[in-house]
Amino acid sequence: MTTRAEKPKEELINFGKDVVGQIDQKEAPNINLPIRTLANIYFDEKDKVIKLGNKVSKRTYLNVAHTRKFMQTIMVAAECKKIIDQNVYTSIRDLYYALKRTIPNTKENTFEEQSESDPILEDIEATLNTLREQLHLQADRKGYLAGNILIKDSGDTIDASKMGSSGWAIPSNVESERINFDNCTAEYVLLVEKDAVWQRLNEDKFWKKQNCLILTGKGQPARGTRRLVNRLHTELKLPIYVLTDADVWGYYIYSVIKQGSINLSFLSDRLGTPSAKFIGLTTRDVEKFQIPKNVTIKLNNQDLKRANEMLNYSWFKPKEWQDEIKHMLNVGYKLELEALSAKGIKFISEKYLPEKIEKKIFLP
Amino acid sequence: MTTEDKSDDGIHKQASISEFFEKNRHLLGYDSKIKAMLIIVKEGVDNALDATEEEGILPDIYIKIEELEKDKYKIVIRDNGPGIERKQIPKIFGTLLYGSKFHRLRQSRGQQGLGISMAVLYSQLTTGEATEILASRGKGITRKFKLKIDVKKNEPVILSEETIEGKDWRGTQVTLICEGIYREHKQSVLEYLKQTAISNPYANITFDGPTGKMEFKRGVEKLPKKPKEIKPHLHGVELGIMVRMLHETSARSIIGFLTSEFSRVGKTTADDIAKRAEIDPRTSPKKITDVEVVKIIKAIKEIKLTRPPTDCLSPLGSVSIENGLRKELDPEFVATITRPPAVYRGWPFQIEVGIAYGGSISEARLMRFANRVPLLYQQGDCAVTKSAAGIDWKRYGIESDKLPTGPVIIFVHMMSVWVPFTSESKEAVASYPIIIKEVKLALQECARKLSIYLSGVRKAQAVAERKSIFERYAHETAVALNELTGVNADDVEKKIKQIVDDKWEDIEVYQNNNDNTKSEENPLEKVPPKKEKLKELKDDEEE
Repeated sequence: MTTRAEKPKEELINFGKDVVGQIDQKEAPNINLPIRTLANIYFDEKDKVIKLGNKVSKRTYLNVAHTRKFMQTIMVAAECKKIIDQNVYTSIRDLYYALKRTIPNTKENTFEEQSESDPILEDIEATLNTLREQLHLQADRKGYLAGNILIKDSGDTIDASKMGSSGWAIPSNVESERINFDNCTAEYVLLVEKDAVWQRLNEDKFWKKQNCLILTGKGQPARGTRRLVNRLHTELKLPIYVLTDADVWGYYIYSVIKQGSINLSFLSDRLGTPSAKFIGLTTRDVEKFQIPKNVTIKLNNQDLKRANEMLNYSWFKPKEWQDEIKHMLNVGYKLELEALSAKGIKFISEKYLPEKIEKKIFLP
Repeated sequence: MTTEDKSDDGIHKQASISEFFEKNRHLLGYDSKIKAMLIIVKEGVDNALDATEEEGILPDIYIKIEELEKDKYKIVIRDNGPGIERKQIPKIFGTLLYGSKFHRLRQSRGQQGLGISMAVLYSQLTTGEATEILASRGKGITRKFKLKIDVKKNEPVILSEETIEGKDWRGTQVTLICEGIYREHKQSVLEYLKQTAISNPYANITFDGPTGKMEFKRGVEKLPKKPKEIKPHLHGVELGIMVRMLHETSARSIIGFLTSEFSRVGKTTADDIAKRAEIDPRTSPKKITDVEVVKIIKAIKEIKLTRPPTDCLSPLGSVSIENGLRKELDPEFVATITRPPAVYRGWPFQIEVGIAYGGSISEARLMRFANRVPLLYQQGDCAVTKSAAGIDWKRYGIESDKLPTGPVIIFVHMMSVWVPFTSESKEAVASYPIIIKEVKLALQECARKLSIYLSGVRKAQAVAERKSIFERYAHETAVALNELTGVNADDVEKKIKQIVDDKWEDIEVYQNNNDNTKSEENPLEKVPPKKEKLKELKDDEEE
């Protein structure tokens, strides 16, 4: 990862110079942007991650549908350069406010919503093949970690086994210039979809009994958490197990951790962890662990639609996954992690997880 | 003035016509004090317009409304028509259903001989006051009458009559005192006069009302062609009318009756009818029995007849409609259409439509007219409304909720020698399918014209908008390029604007938006809203 985008600031300047060059040539300026949709990604069978294809779209100044976005793209690039110059780190919301102003002689703002500036930033990341963290921008912290590991964070050493009930909050930027791993005795990583379940496991000192690290991304994990999982695996060789709800969202969260996402496909080799395993929940667990049927939830139309879409994604092609999704469609229900509490509050930490890990009952 | 007459089953007993309407004045629209004011003005103005047009005079009409005390008004209506002969004055104003014989048909405002005499009756019933009429046929002689109506006899009661000499004018002036309430809302005297000014652009109308004086000025100096009188067409004649006509005719045989009293009936057709009805062609009309009348009506329905002549209709024409709409509404655009004449139930009729758009128009409005008279009430029951509501206005780029909602005024004029109203108060046109169809075709054609205009306007706006978009973002782009690369911002901004000037016209207006860098195809990228999940769970628990 250190080989490319070494000098994001220079990349930004070159990006601007290219546009200025076109203007000097009296040409209507264009920016080429990689297309970040399903149409331009592919599943790399060798690397086992989602990768971005070669298709680019042209954002051209002389197109009424593009002009405003063109301006916004240059503005975001200029702002990124500015904050790198000042050597400060800021949030993507700060970026939005720093750029929001009324265009002279109009009633229009340069940006109306943060939802306008966020995708523009992704455009720039994809175009320059650089991480927003390298552009000195950070997202909200969302993930937490606890377990037997010492972490070096900007000069401080943190013992993640002594973080009480809250755990260590995973920062947005976990690149090696900030975060490094020291002594780790844990044997595997368990990533939990839900914070509430993570808290249950932490309270039960599951990580101590099982000698593991427990992480939660609180829903779809932020990039920081995904990047951390990737580093824990590649640098410490820890196996990664993922625990989510037995529903299409949960399965998709797992697939994003494993293979990367469509939207950030240009970052999959840094954010994806192809050897991650899915520990549960599955709809088959209902029979296997005699979970009462009354805690299951009937599939709604959205679930049905998405389940059928997922059957066609190439990274859900392994027969175990096809079998699980089809089984879910067959039985017509889904279930949440909390449903395991129907078997007793400690069922998850004392029976379900130990048994699955011991017997290696995973989905690939 | 009023020249037609109509027999109706409900009002057949001659002696009690006045009594009947005394008790049933709502049938003629006098159902509220506000509406009564409007109807009286309308009857007076209708008569004034009919009288002047008949003589080929450009109408100059003066209306005054003065509040005497609470809910009591004096209404004066004066025209510059031919005046009325002395002997006719009491009959016209003092007899209900007075008019010339039924079988002379012509496109005119009044049809029944009910209007102005009913106004006189209403005035007398509500205030006890007599109506004053001044009429002059020129030569400095003015006849002045004060009269009431004898309700029992349906006859005028002349209270005073005098002849004034030395005042040189021509025309008729009526002064009525009645109960009423004056308002200026959608169905008011003012709105009626404004719409009358639109549909009669050759008239000059002065209104001296309780809130001030205003003038609706003449817009065209030419009267529409005078409509011809025609005889009724057999397909439009009902049993009762047939009985009455048989009774009143001077023809001596049934053949003579059919050929002389109706249009488009020759000897062959008349023979055919007699034969089918099994009646001796030489039978006197007076001796036809009720059973034979039914047979005749049945025979008429079986035979084919040439359509009635249509030169009896007098459309306003595109120029006058456009003029009327422009002078009173000040719109940005007007489209008009005059349909060819058509026939319903043997009566010729014709539809004219105008659509005025934009400019000073702020609110959508459907204006209905029958023989140039505005129809302000019962919009929902009217064939015109049904036609307009049946059109998919959005297809023509016109905002609508059944009827248009944008700055559009729709003018629909139905003219006929016999307009089929839904009631005696003449407020809505009856929904004959052929009438609905004709109105619809006319509206669609006008809407097409408006839609072409609107798409031109929108295209021009889009072109102007396009250049301004390219210019709008030049400054911020240049400033950002300066921050990024250090180039001179003013210099870059100038260059961008130069490129825009040189190239903007070469760019297609509707470029396809191929900026699809943002992921839209993958709904699963987003984190599912947790609240929704919790809600689902709750819902299940409740079950």
